[in-house]
Amino acid sequence: MHDSLATEPTPAVEEALGASRPAARASAPPLISARGLTKRFDDFTAVDGIDFEVAPGEAFGFLGPNGAGKTSTMRMIGCTSPVSDGELRILDMDPRRQGPQIRSRLGVVPQQDTLDNELTVRENLLIYGRYFGLPREECARRADELLDFVQLADRGKDLVEPLSGGMKRRLTIARSLINEPSLMLLDEPTTGLDPQARHLLWDRLYRLKQRGVTLVLTTHYMDEAEQLCDRLVVMDKAKIVAEGSPQQLIQRYSTREVAEFRFLPGVQETLDGKLDGLASRIEKLPDRVLLYADDGEEVVMAARERGIHPEAVLVRRSTLEDVFLRLTGRSLVD
Amino acid sequence: MSSFLDAREPAGIGRVPPLAPSWSTIGRVIEHRAMLYRRTFRASLFASFGVPLLFLTAMGLGLGGYVDQNPDPTLEGLTYLQFLAPGLLAATVMQAGSFEAAFPILGGLQWNKIFHAMFATPIRAADIAYGNIVWIALRLTLIATVFAIVIVGFGASRSPLLVLAIPVAVLTGLSFSTPLMAFTATQRTPDKFAAIFRFGITPLFLFSGTFYPIENLPEIVRPIAWVSPLWHGVDACRMLMLDTVGRDPLLFTIHIGVLVALAGTGAAFAARTFEARLVRG
Repeated sequence: MHDSLATEPTPAVEEALGASRPAARASAPPLISARGLTKRFDDFTAVDGIDFEVAPGEAFGFLGPNGAGKTSTMRMIGCTSPVSDGELRILDMDPRRQGPQIRSRLGVVPQQDTLDNELTVRENLLIYGRYFGLPREECARRADELLDFVQLADRGKDLVEPLSGGMKRRLTIARSLINEPSLMLLDEPTTGLDPQARHLLWDRLYRLKQRGVTLVLTTHYMDEAEQLCDRLVVMDKAKIVAEGSPQQLIQRYSTREVAEFRFLPGVQETLDGKLDGLASRIEKLPDRVLLYADDGEEVVMAARERGIHPEAVLVRRSTLEDVFLRLTGRSLVD
Repeated sequence: MSSFLDAREPAGIGRVPPLAPSWSTIGRVIEHRAMLYRRTFRASLFASFGVPLLFLTAMGLGLGGYVDQNPDPTLEGLTYLQFLAPGLLAATVMQAGSFEAAFPILGGLQWNKIFHAMFATPIRAADIAYGNIVWIALRLTLIATVFAIVIVGFGASRSPLLVLAIPVAVLTGLSFSTPLMAFTATQRTPDKFAAIFRFGITPLFLFSGTFYPIENLPEIVRPIAWVSPLWHGVDACRMLMLDTVGRDPLLFTIHIGVLVALAGTGAAFAARTFEARLVRG
């Protein structure tokens, strides 16, 4: 159906793209290494033999639709769900035997908020520091600093319940930092937030990244992955289907630009063959046609010359959404 | 002052941190409950006085005045109030212990998921179970102590061994708390709690010798009392408060043994069901 893959990036391009990774050094041993990592529930395989490594200082993402196995992977890394098969080392420790010790060095932001609604914002941080065995004065010092960092200092004495979704997420992030984690695990950190709240959250995560915190996150938003991740793996149906930096993945599996054509209802079905050869790859979705090419405008011109007049035309750069579509034949968001 | 959020080199593999001892991690779970309790302490203490006052007044004095027209021949000068007080002590603590093992535990596992938040830290699943059990024991100790003070106020204790009835009542409560807690950890909704309270706790409250000697029951239903942990607790508290342990030390030992076995087994099961639940997510 589709023509050949976009050309592989040259080594020089590969290197240039890799250079955007700030702190990952080839020499440093990985903080996480997984080989053949598998999670089974009864007869259902949630994670099916995946391999990956996360280097110190890296922002590493798992991108995939709901049910791809992202959360199961995160829970195994978080040492709250036992590995069914394969090998997993976290901070050079074995989650089977050293779960509590590994957890003492992790900062976890779960998919669903697990804040204590009956305590105040500040108390939530204080008690969480105590769970890690920190002295009370140290908990208090860090709590105040973290409240500043997530811009909740003026809400410290309020109960958690009336906070907005974005504020609760920020509090959860502050909470996960109370033990100065070597590794932060964020499971869909911005799902369900409005755009403004998401940008504020991204800004805080970006700052953490700059400060040398290693981030591992899952997301089904390609813009989130592009904003935050130095490197990511695309997961689909319990397996990893591609790996690289966002730019690498777009280079490898998509074209520079995409022309999107929308037609009046019924018109798209009558086009058969008329678009062939206009672009290096054509993807027909129920509501629009995507034409992949390095120059989108050129495609639009060529289509007009053929007498094709879409109701609406959009030329844009390729995103990870296109990569995902290419790899799985399906769109990413439900 | 430098901030721990300052830019730095990314953390590497580093050292393997020491494993925190269980007493410490269990202590952190208790600290959380204590932090919550500070908010409701006054209302809770008030209620702890209210229940025994109401019951002892209504049943002990009201009903007792009527019952005392036919005194017990085996115990010189025993009033109904004195008979009732140890039973109510054990039964009240049992009810509190059951409640504490149901709704607050389901809340932490299902509603606000704070036990899952704890489980993401060095705290183990068993620590969360044991920490909650210790906390419930502390709560029940407070309730039992307040109850004992009210009993003294009513002049309803015949022996200073009343002091020992406090831990026995707490043990009675725990013999209900721990198995129920193990069960709660397997539930995702409170649907079955109503049935447990209606068909389990309430009948035991009525048929375990709390209000009358079980010898007054028809012989057919008497075994209900023997297998009821509450009866063991009620009778042990009564033996202490009426100073009759010496009459049958073996029976007293059996009472304590049954309660300890139940509470201990329940705790072991709770540790396992908590682990299974927290791992499943």
